[in-house]
Amino acid sequence: MADIATQSDQVAGDSSRPGPFRRLFLHNLSAKIAAIPMVATVLIIFVGCTIWTVYYSFTNSRLLPRNDFVGFDQYERLFATSRWNVSITNLLLYGSMSLVLTLTLGFLLAVLMDQKVRFESAFRTIMLYPFALSFIVTGLVWQWIMNPTLGLQGTMRGLGWAGFTFDWISNPRMVLFALLIAGLWQGVGFCMILMLAGLRGVDEEIWKAARVDGIPTWRTYISVVLPMMRGVLVTAVVIIGSGIVRLYDLVVALTNGGPGISSEVPAKYVYDYMFGGGNIGQGLAASTMMLLTVLIIMVPWAYLEFGGKGRRS
Amino acid sequence: MKKFAVVAAMATAFLGSTAYAAELEVTHWWTSAGEAAAIAEFAKVFEEETGNTWVDSALAGSGTGANPVIISRIIGGNPMGATQMNTGRDAEELIQAGLMRDLTDIVADLDIDSFYVDQELLEPCRYEGGLYCLPINIHSWDWLWLSTAAYEKIGQPVPTNWNEYVASWPALEEAGILPFALGTGWPINGIPGVLMAGIGGTDLVMQVNRDKNADAVRGPEFRKVAEAMDMLRSVVSPETMVPSFGDAGNQLLSGDAAGNIHGDWLQGDLQIAGGVPGEDYECLPALGLGTQLTGGGDSFYFPVLPEGTDPAVIEAQEQLARILISPEAQLKFNLVKGSMPIRTDIDLSGANACMTKALALLDNGLLPSGDFSLSSDTQKQLEDLNLEFIADDNISVDDYVERYATIIDQAD
Repeated sequence: MADIATQSDQVAGDSSRPGPFRRLFLHNLSAKIAAIPMVATVLIIFVGCTIWTVYYSFTNSRLLPRNDFVGFDQYERLFATSRWNVSITNLLLYGSMSLVLTLTLGFLLAVLMDQKVRFESAFRTIMLYPFALSFIVTGLVWQWIMNPTLGLQGTMRGLGWAGFTFDWISNPRMVLFALLIAGLWQGVGFCMILMLAGLRGVDEEIWKAARVDGIPTWRTYISVVLPMMRGVLVTAVVIIGSGIVRLYDLVVALTNGGPGISSEVPAKYVYDYMFGGGNIGQGLAASTMMLLTVLIIMVPWAYLEFGGKGRRS
Repeated sequence: MKKFAVVAAMATAFLGSTAYAAELEVTHWWTSAGEAAAIAEFAKVFEEETGNTWVDSALAGSGTGANPVIISRIIGGNPMGATQMNTGRDAEELIQAGLMRDLTDIVADLDIDSFYVDQELLEPCRYEGGLYCLPINIHSWDWLWLSTAAYEKIGQPVPTNWNEYVASWPALEEAGILPFALGTGWPINGIPGVLMAGIGGTDLVMQVNRDKNADAVRGPEFRKVAEAMDMLRSVVSPETMVPSFGDAGNQLLSGDAAGNIHGDWLQGDLQIAGGVPGEDYECLPALGLGTQLTGGGDSFYFPVLPEGTDPAVIEAQEQLARILISPEAQLKFNLVKGSMPIRTDIDLSGANACMTKALALLDNGLLPSGDFSLSSDTQKQLEDLNLEFIADDNISVDDYVERYATIIDQAD
């Protein structure tokens, strides 16, 4: 947004060009007409529904929306609820671990894949395969694998290793790591493909120059190639990040929030109270808090990336 | 109503000659073996008597999973022909918003007041003079199920009340038998209510559920209930929980577990699995302590269908409404389901030992269950609290009581 503003300021100052009005509406008219459906969708669906959400989070709406304002009551109740607080903590822990590990593992795998290995496409397919499964299927598969009596633990004990223990899914302290395993298994392949595309986009000349200068390969990756892959990294972070915030189906399929409430996440709280509890006000207050969390992270970053001096022009 | 009778008669008469029959979609969450067999009884009677087709839409996940789907379909303008829901306040706002069909005229000639076992049951269905749902059975959570096989193993007689049962836990644990079987998720929800009715007694249930009196929760009677929950917590752990309540029933039959508190619908599953009451399992209503059962149950609702719906479907709704509460369907359904029928005027000589015990207690009147008096929002909060308490030993009994009181205090 700031970008466009700077551009139109510059244009307004230039008297040989058409005025701001013509520039805004008539310049490149066909493209603007073509964009109208998308703009309308964004305004009505995204912005409109966001405003609706925030508005009704201040009401005491139950099963159906009502215009009965109660101030910050819903938010007070929200933060007095231990389930919500557990959800937030879980999301922060899962989110940071998932983001770091997905990026690191994805990059490492992409680097390995980039070593001109034989059967590269076969490996690529294998690594990307889990991504073709939905989170529900992923969750169910891992639920069976990690089930203490039926899964890995039971099998190993059946084979004679009596002391083998792998009960993360029913252990309140470890259940987040169980989620993480399933999440990484599903998501790392996709991150790897993105990174691989980024690596392939780096000019061969750069590598030759680095080799001439005698820079070790690992150093070239970290100091030269990685900064050049900035665009890909940003894309990967956005995709992984949005996946983390809306984490819901994996939890439902794998643990359903249990044991107890130890693997609850905010999106599940929203759904459970909005539909299960028939309390729209409470659900919307929770989703507004989720939106706020995303904004707190996104706004400074977006400002740095796109704002400031209009670097891209 | 005469007109209806004529139409119905004509429909029956022309049944053979007309190729057309209405399809009525019915949603419910009766997915366990016993439940599915019970709902099939309704479907059979409906299809035989009307020639219409029962389109069965079973939804997984019970009240927590299926209820939201049903509600959002009705609100979203894609209503089903008929739906089961718990008798109580879950559909309250749907009724107020005019999304449910008023059944007053449809059942007017049946004189339902005369045969409903307890008028309290119809209370949640009534709104501004209309009747918006029909309770079809009475369910009660207040049952302690005990495994005969488990007590044979330890050589003790099967307990006759909750206190004896608790006293038998050490011996059971020593023999490697799980004292208390529990399915993951929602089966924990009903247990505090059962303990409250059995240990705390009628007054406590009335004060907490009906009057929403937080001081009663902080009182000595409720404390006993919380302490009983604490005892349960000591013998239940996430590793020993089974995926569903039906699995807990199987543990009882095999003698792997000694007891379980669960609603009477467990009995449908026990019977399907070949269990005989008195031989393979024992049942103690109201924990063997109380004299009254908390009663909930299921009701059928008939959403207002959008304009342009085939009149045959709307008529099928009316036919189904009348069939559900007819003596024939009531008898067939409830014997399989393990619940008590809503009619007083049917012959229940086919009822098994457990159901006979329940029918005797029914004469003392029903206590209002949580479903009746607490909104789904409050129920959800209590459910979260119970789940957290059972799984986390760090929450003290005092914390539990205090948090329970806070929720009851804010309840509406």
